Amino acid sequence: MGRDAGKLSLTLLMTPFLLWIGLLIILPQIGIGYVSLREKVSYDEFHYGLKNYVDFISEPVYRNTLFRTAWMSIVVTALALVVGFPVAYYIAKIARQKSRAALFLMCLIPLWVSDLVRAYGWIVLLRETGVVSRTLVALGIIGQPVEMLYNDATVVMGLVYTVVLFMIVPLTSTLQGMDDALLEAGYNLGGSRLTVFRRIIVPYAMPGIVSGCIITFMLTAGSYLTPVLLGGKNSSWFTEQIYNQFITRYNWEAGATFGVTLLVFTSFVVWLGLKLTGQSLATTVAKD
Amino acid sequence: MQSSTGLRLVYRAYMVVFFLFLVAPLVAAGVFAFNDSLFPSLPWNGFTLDWFFSPVEPKLGLFHDERLLRGLENSLYIGVIVAALSVAAGTCNAFLFERRAFPLKGLAYILLIIPLVIPGVILGISILVLASMIANWIDLNFGLFITWLRPGIPLIVLGQFSFLTTITSLVIAARLQKFDMALEEAALNLGAGKLRVLATVTLPFLYPAMFSAFVVAFLVSFENFNTTLMLVGSDAPLTITMYDRMVKAGSTPVLNAVSVVLMLGSGLLALASVLVQREPKA
Repeated sequence: MGRDAGKLSLTLLMTPFLLWIGLLIILPQIGIGYVSLREKVSYDEFHYGLKNYVDFISEPVYRNTLFRTAWMSIVVTALALVVGFPVAYYIAKIARQKSRAALFLMCLIPLWVSDLVRAYGWIVLLRETGVVSRTLVALGIIGQPVEMLYNDATVVMGLVYTVVLFMIVPLTSTLQGMDDALLEAGYNLGGSRLTVFRRIIVPYAMPGIVSGCIITFMLTAGSYLTPVLLGGKNSSWFTEQIYNQFITRYNWEAGATFGVTLLVFTSFVVWLGLKLTGQSLATTVAKD
Repeated sequence: MQSSTGLRLVYRAYMVVFFLFLVAPLVAAGVFAFNDSLFPSLPWNGFTLDWFFSPVEPKLGLFHDERLLRGLENSLYIGVIVAALSVAAGTCNAFLFERRAFPLKGLAYILLIIPLVIPGVILGISILVLASMIANWIDLNFGLFITWLRPGIPLIVLGQFSFLTTITSLVIAARLQKFDMALEEAALNLGAGKLRVLATVTLPFLYPAMFSAFVVAFLVSFENFNTTLMLVGSDAPLTITMYDRMVKAGSTPVLNAVSVVLMLGSGLLALASVLVQREPKA
């Protein structure tokens, strides 16, 4: 076999990869970085500097939107973990062997349905003229219809709904690898249910918890539809700001600055999560 | 295990409530497509298929609604192209990472994963910015106006391709990893050329994975909103058309009809992908 042939085929395999990563991932990121550093003075005259970032920091509305998005994403991640863990544990450890696959597939059903349809479903259920409100009135539980959309609790609930599956999948696959003998040993040594949970189950599930939390957080912070549709005009979600600057106001410099800020922020959180728990990106994200 | 019946019942109940929570909005989106009413809400006025087939306003059915149908057509068109492209690139990447050694492979692997951790909105705006910069530069220097670098279907295809390729690469690479090298060696010993081995032994082994990668890519493309929203031009795909309708015109049960079609379509495709994956074992 010729070395040249080997080299040629390596080049051929490498080309699509390099074109893809270079032209569609790296260069565009450099592009928004570049646009975020420039400031329009007149039609085709630009200054370069950090002014856009200074504006971002000094404008409370923008700053607070980022903090709000970050805070709500953390709340959503924590809730998704609390809601998803028992489900994952049930599927991996308690359900009978036969029903396991079926339960797991049932968890994945909403994954195959567009975000838009799911948000639309919540709107049909929760708005003032919606199913829940009408039913409660008909049952005489409340006197008049209530609006259940456009508040933070609904946005958080909708986001948990959208992302909880991405928590359950890695948790289930981690927990499935756990030997039941570990639990029995814990009980035999006199551990209470809580001790076994805290000292055996949680440490064992840690890699799954970390990857679930990272994926969930990324998806939440980058989500657009759920906060905008369920939160209405006042959702002040960060991705919505990016859209407004780019498309509505056509202020690309500010939009790019917001974009870079979001990217740096989410990358920082992911990096921090990986560092604190000693995991690597390849093993957490690429597993499923 | 030593759990009391009471606790076990509570746990069961929790699972039931959780699954109800999962299906509630899907059922709500689906059921009201069949309600004979102008609003997707109670009271139930009786069963109808008007929201699918009625040719006249005010209950213009989905299959007579020009704009929704055009959206559906655009989505199918974009989905097939993106899925084909990303499966082709994903297959190359799978061979590159499973079979080859090259310098900086660790870094390259991280780059392969990275598109999954960049928020979709950012992928969208960054590709929009770069494409516009290139288009403006060409316009300024050569006086050429390049339409496909402006928002529209080609940019949507590029934007979706940018992260779907990661997914297809991982799916196909996982299958290639399970390939028994002895099969290729046997074919080579029997006198087959390298390309022949690839075409008759290795690629057929990968077909099921390529098929499911295609289905997954198609579905994700069809449902994608965040990246598409930033790159959309005048030919909007279905999700964007439906979103516009929801925000501007308010919701009528025709949107529920769209939801039903979307759920049925993706359900069938997902089923097909599961069946194809399962076949080799049986």
